[in-house]
Amino acid sequence: MSVSFCGIELAHPIINASGTFDAIAARRAFGDGLISDFPFAAFVSKTVTLKPRQGNPPPRLWELPGGMMNSIGLPNKGLEGYLEHDLPELARLPVPLIVNVMGFSREEVGRLVAAFGERDEVAALELNVSCPNVETGMIMGADPRETAALLQHLRPLTAKPLIVKLTPNASDPAAVARAAADAGADAVSLINTLRGMALDPAGEPWLGGVTGGVSGPAVRAVALAQVHSVSSAVGIAVIGMGGVSTGADARGLMQAGADLVAVGTESFRDPRAGSRVAAELANLTPVPAAR
Amino acid sequence: MSPDRVQAPFGRRAVAVIDRTEYGPYVVLGVSDDTGPEPQAGQFYMLTAAERWGGGEGERPFLPRAFSVLRASNPAHPPPSHRELQFLLHDVGPGTRRLCELGPGEELLIVGPLGVPFAPPRDGRRLLLVGGGVGIAPLAILQDQHLAETVLLGFRDAEHAEAAALMTQARVATDDGSAGHGGLVTDLLEEELHLDAHREVYACGPPAMLEAVRQLCAQRDVPAQLALESGMACGFGACFGCVVHTRDGLIRLCVDGPVLDASRLESVVGVGASFEAGRLTRPPIRRAGMASGGQA
Repeated sequence: MSVSFCGIELAHPIINASGTFDAIAARRAFGDGLISDFPFAAFVSKTVTLKPRQGNPPPRLWELPGGMMNSIGLPNKGLEGYLEHDLPELARLPVPLIVNVMGFSREEVGRLVAAFGERDEVAALELNVSCPNVETGMIMGADPRETAALLQHLRPLTAKPLIVKLTPNASDPAAVARAAADAGADAVSLINTLRGMALDPAGEPWLGGVTGGVSGPAVRAVALAQVHSVSSAVGIAVIGMGGVSTGADARGLMQAGADLVAVGTESFRDPRAGSRVAAELANLTPVPAAR
Repeated sequence: MSPDRVQAPFGRRAVAVIDRTEYGPYVVLGVSDDTGPEPQAGQFYMLTAAERWGGGEGERPFLPRAFSVLRASNPAHPPPSHRELQFLLHDVGPGTRRLCELGPGEELLIVGPLGVPFAPPRDGRRLLLVGGGVGIAPLAILQDQHLAETVLLGFRDAEHAEAAALMTQARVATDDGSAGHGGLVTDLLEEELHLDAHREVYACGPPAMLEAVRQLCAQRDVPAQLALESGMACGFGACFGCVVHTRDGLIRLCVDGPVLDASRLESVVGVGASFEAGRLTRPPIRRAGMASGGQA
């Protein structure tokens, strides 16, 4: 089941979705068993920003039929803290490391990409573009021109693969994907969470961040449709994700055009979900993607 | 670096229910865990029913639920034998409801033991255990593993107080006076600390009780360890959902707790949002911490 993704050799096509697995915390909980039985073929980090972020106030979680909603707010140690504390530990994982970054302007994303671009420990970069550009007020990944301008700024800064994590909260994700590919992106990944909201019985927002991101099996059909639409529109590699709980779900996204599949929410229920999905996928009859 | 806790086998494992006993409105579920290590008092497990997890109220549950281990037996003899883990359940939402339905022969999927356990008492202090409602769970295994002579338990009424039988020599308080002392368990704590303040307090229960314990102990310079609760999706630091406010900022209760030294908390009020029983335990939203930046 080994696969090549943007020149990176992977043991199988299952990776984790950014922000759904903290390998450092998991090692504290599970010890070396995590390393000898690492569940993903590559490890995608949680989003790193230039400055440290505490994240959103609790409550941060809500449970839904067939899924959940989170309002975490991208807590992280910032670039400096990540380079000092997290990168050395993550570099010891037995799989390639993909670092997810987000900035509030093109220049900020550029500084992150340049900093990680020169580190040998980093195999590729994923761009979280579900964030407003404070200079234009637009969500970078919601508009094809914003996305193209971002990629044009970033492309000269690194030779490492650049993966654009598309937001499903855009009117036309395929158009954004095309703009990213034309401006030099090596791959796209989708879907990110869908914006949602929950109320308490008094009618007040439950989540500390007011709105949150919906994930889990509840969004699988949306993921399938968007992966199909995007992979039909671009020739670059596609990482599909959204509600994958089984090998059959992963195969579905691959049939819709995904080259790799990421497991997210299911890892919360089953820490070894990545390995299980990969094994189930390997036991299914492969069906070539119709793209 | 040696680990600061007993670590869980990586992954989720199936265990069989071997015992189900009711204590008033509570259910003690015993499972046979043949492969896991002996947990430490204060550690917890993530539980999922192997069958029909989903399809309850609101088409939930979906996520596993976190429970402190109530008691863990040691395999008396090498094989064939098993380690029994017990959990104390109270039906307050779709997850606990489903778990309370389980009986012998049915299966659970568990991950654990997880989290930071209770620490031994400082300076030769004697242990003083204070529990409220379903929060007595981690105190039973603590009493098993350490010598704890003084146990104070608070319940709503005599029916709920049947769970006091899970511990030995417990003094009981009930809100309605139908069993033991009529009033708060912290009334009993005040009496005990007045008699002898060279104690270390170990407490678990509803946030209002824990806050009263925290204040009493802080006023008397008595160290206290509090086992907190917060709704968590994963239990091993992946989701960042179970954060609670501490003097050092927000921390993940699953990997940096659930046991916290009381001195780390400004207040227990508003700590621990639980999606399981959202209507009951929702804390006020603290928007002051929402600004971007700042140390985590």
